[in-house]
Amino acid sequence: MRRTVPLPSATAAAPRAAFRRGVREGAPFAAASLLLAASFGVLAVDAGFPELAVVVMSAIVFAGSAQFAAVTIIAAGGGPGAAALAATLVNSRFLPMGIALGPSLPGGRWRRAAQGQAVVDASWVMAARPDGTFDRHYLFGNTGIQYAGWLGGTVLGVVGGGLLGDTDALGFDALYPTFFLVLLIQEMRKGRGRGVAAAGAAIALVLIPLTPPGVPVLAASLAALIGLRRTHRPVPPSPTEGAT
Amino acid sequence: MTADAWVVVGLCAVSTATIKGIGPFALGGRPLPAAATRVIALLAPALLAALVVTGVFSENGHLHLGDEAVGVLAGGAAALRDASILVCVVLAAVVTAALRALT
Repeated sequence: MRRTVPLPSATAAAPRAAFRRGVREGAPFAAASLLLAASFGVLAVDAGFPELAVVVMSAIVFAGSAQFAAVTIIAAGGGPGAAALAATLVNSRFLPMGIALGPSLPGGRWRRAAQGQAVVDASWVMAARPDGTFDRHYLFGNTGIQYAGWLGGTVLGVVGGGLLGDTDALGFDALYPTFFLVLLIQEMRKGRGRGVAAAGAAIALVLIPLTPPGVPVLAASLAALIGLRRTHRPVPPSPTEGAT
Repeated sequence: MTADAWVVVGLCAVSTATIKGIGPFALGGRPLPAAATRVIALLAPALLAALVVTGVFSENGHLHLGDEAVGVLAGGAAALRDASILVCVVLAAVVTAALRALT
């Protein structure tokens, strides 16, 4: 199968080149992450989190929207259980993303699970190949630089938050949705999935007032199941040829 | 509060690692059927669109419409004109902040 047959260029240098390409193409997203993380740092300290806990959270959780969700709930007077549950729901989209990535990862179960930690939204989208497989070295590079941006931004927010003042007045709450919108626009340019995007948006919109945070996004992933019935349509780049 | 914060950090770390790891743990080494591949390719638009919608219109579990919606639109317009993501997010924040300063 294609994963075992190396491309002519896929020997030795290719993984490193893919990694570097991932770093390069991830850099603008890392810069955006830095801003997002700074606003997270400010928010978390305002919510009463110890500064060290905020930095450690970014270092070991490294899931921006989940971290925002958890801290927002604490800030609103919720308990740690509710906060962690919200974060888990917000993160639940990584479940289908991990299932998609799994077959592209080599090694035993635990090694694959460890590599799976490298998934963040932007890198997962960008590392996807048209045939449904993922370039893991590209993923590692792309995520790696975003990790640096996320952690560095958190430290900046924690240390310099007092200087920024009210981040809502600065429009920081527009950062996250815009980050995702830019990714969505890039995805749309590949020429597929417009209807699915519209369906996903509609599902999320309807569920926002009805379900806990995170559920609208997870439920929206069901819109992708439309892919199951598209067998009669010619798929533009065939997934089964040309990869080897 | 301090203890609660560390509990939140610990729980979030464990749950995130589990969610991210479980797919690769369970599935590996074999190519997916074509139907699954098509579904996977469509996951990104579905999830991203939902993340945009919840980011703009959801506040504490309620629907709301605020100045940031205009900022996000501005950022999206810049993205359509091939601006870099950094320009897009900064523009979104600036437009949102300007609207808030004016109103």
